Amino acid sequence: MNGPISVNGGFNQEVGFVVAFIVGGLFGFFLERAGFGSAKKLTAVFYGKDMAVLKVMFTAIVVAMIGLQYLGVFGRLDMSLLTIPPTFLGPQIVGGLLFGVGFVMGGYCPGTAVVAAGSGRKDALWFIGGVLAGIALWVVGYPSYAGFYKSGSMGELTIPEWLGKSPGVVAFFVILMALGAFWVATKVEQKFGSNDEGSIESKGSL
Amino acid sequence: MSISLTHKEVAERARDETSTPRPYWNPYVAGIGLGLTLVLTYYLMGEGLGASGAFTRFVAAAEQTVAPRYVAKDPYWSGYLSGEPVLKAWLVFEVLGALVGGVIAALTAGRFKVMSEHGTKVSARQRAVLAFAGGLLVGVATRFARGCTSGQALTGGSVLAVGSWAFMFAVFAGGYAAAWFVRRQWQ
Repeated sequence: MNGPISVNGGFNQEVGFVVAFIVGGLFGFFLERAGFGSAKKLTAVFYGKDMAVLKVMFTAIVVAMIGLQYLGVFGRLDMSLLTIPPTFLGPQIVGGLLFGVGFVMGGYCPGTAVVAAGSGRKDALWFIGGVLAGIALWVVGYPSYAGFYKSGSMGELTIPEWLGKSPGVVAFFVILMALGAFWVATKVEQKFGSNDEGSIESKGSL
Repeated sequence: MSISLTHKEVAERARDETSTPRPYWNPYVAGIGLGLTLVLTYYLMGEGLGASGAFTRFVAAAEQTVAPRYVAKDPYWSGYLSGEPVLKAWLVFEVLGALVGGVIAALTAGRFKVMSEHGTKVSARQRAVLAFAGGLLVGVATRFARGCTSGQALTGGSVLAVGSWAFMFAVFAGGYAAAWFVRRQWQ
C-alpha cells in the first residue's frame, strides 16, 4: 500500500495511536543513544566542545529528506498528502531566537527533556515544568500578540517552491551544506573540544 | 596473573566491574536512525515527529480540568480544541512513546541515574532555577514558532519548509548569542 498509510485509510485512529507510541519509542530511543538525554552533551554544541547536536540533526534531516523524496519519486508516497509546517517567517525567527536562549540556559529542548527525564535527570523535570508554565503564560498574553503571531503567513511553502527549483536540486545543495557543516564541526571540536567524560568516544567521523 | 593483560583488557575488565555507562553512538549513526524513524512516521501517518505540541495539549487539558468555561472562551485555546478530548491526539501518544523509548535506551546503556546535570561551579538549586527559566523561555518560544526542534527543525527541515529552516538557524543564533552568559553552569 502506498503512503501515507493512515491518510489512505490503512488504519483507524486507535491503530494510529499505537503507531504513534511505537514511532515515538524509536524517536526517544535514538535520541538517548545520540547522547541527547544529557544537558551537558546538548549544550556543548554552543561552546564548540562537542558538535554532536549539529551532526545528528543534519544527518537526520538529510536522511529523511532523501528517503521521502526517494519514496515520492518512485510513487510509494504521495508527497502532496504530507503535513508540512506552514511558514510564518517573523514569529518563527523570533521564536527560534528565544528558543536558542532558553535551550542553552535550560539545557534541553522539549523532546530531549522527555528523554532526559526518562534517564533520571532531575533538572529535566524542572525544565519541563518551565516549558508547561511558559506555554500557559503565553496563552494568557495571547491577545496582545495575536496580530504578530498570525503575521508573515506564507502557507505550506517549501524551499523548492520559494526558489522555483526542483526538490532534487535543493536536496543536492542541502547535502553539500550538511557535509560542509560536518567538516567545520569536526574542525571546531579539534580546536575547542575537551577530553572530559564520555565525549571522546562519541565524536564520530565521516 | 595480570602480567599478560594489555592496557585495553584491563580497561575493559574495569568497565565490566564498575558497570560504566556504554559510550554514546556515533552521531552519524544516531542521525541515520532518527532520519529513518522520521521517514517511517511520514510514510505511516502523513505527518512528522513533534514534542512541544504534546506539551501544549497537557497544559490545555490541565486548564480544562480546572476552568473548563474559561478555556472554551479563550481565543487561543478555542482554536486548539476541536471537540475531541484534547489528550486524544497522536502527538500525545508519540511523546509518551518517546519517554518509554528513552527509559529503555538509558537502562540498557547503563545510563539511568537520578541526578541533576551541571558543572561544579553551580549548585543543584541554581541549576534547577536555570533549567526552569530556560524551560519558560522555550515554552513561550514554541508557541510563537508553532513548534520546536522536533516539529520544526527536524520534521520541517526534512520536507524543506521555509519557516522551519529559518527557525533552525534562529535557534543556533540565539544559542550562540546567549552561551557566554550561562557558561558557568556547565563548567
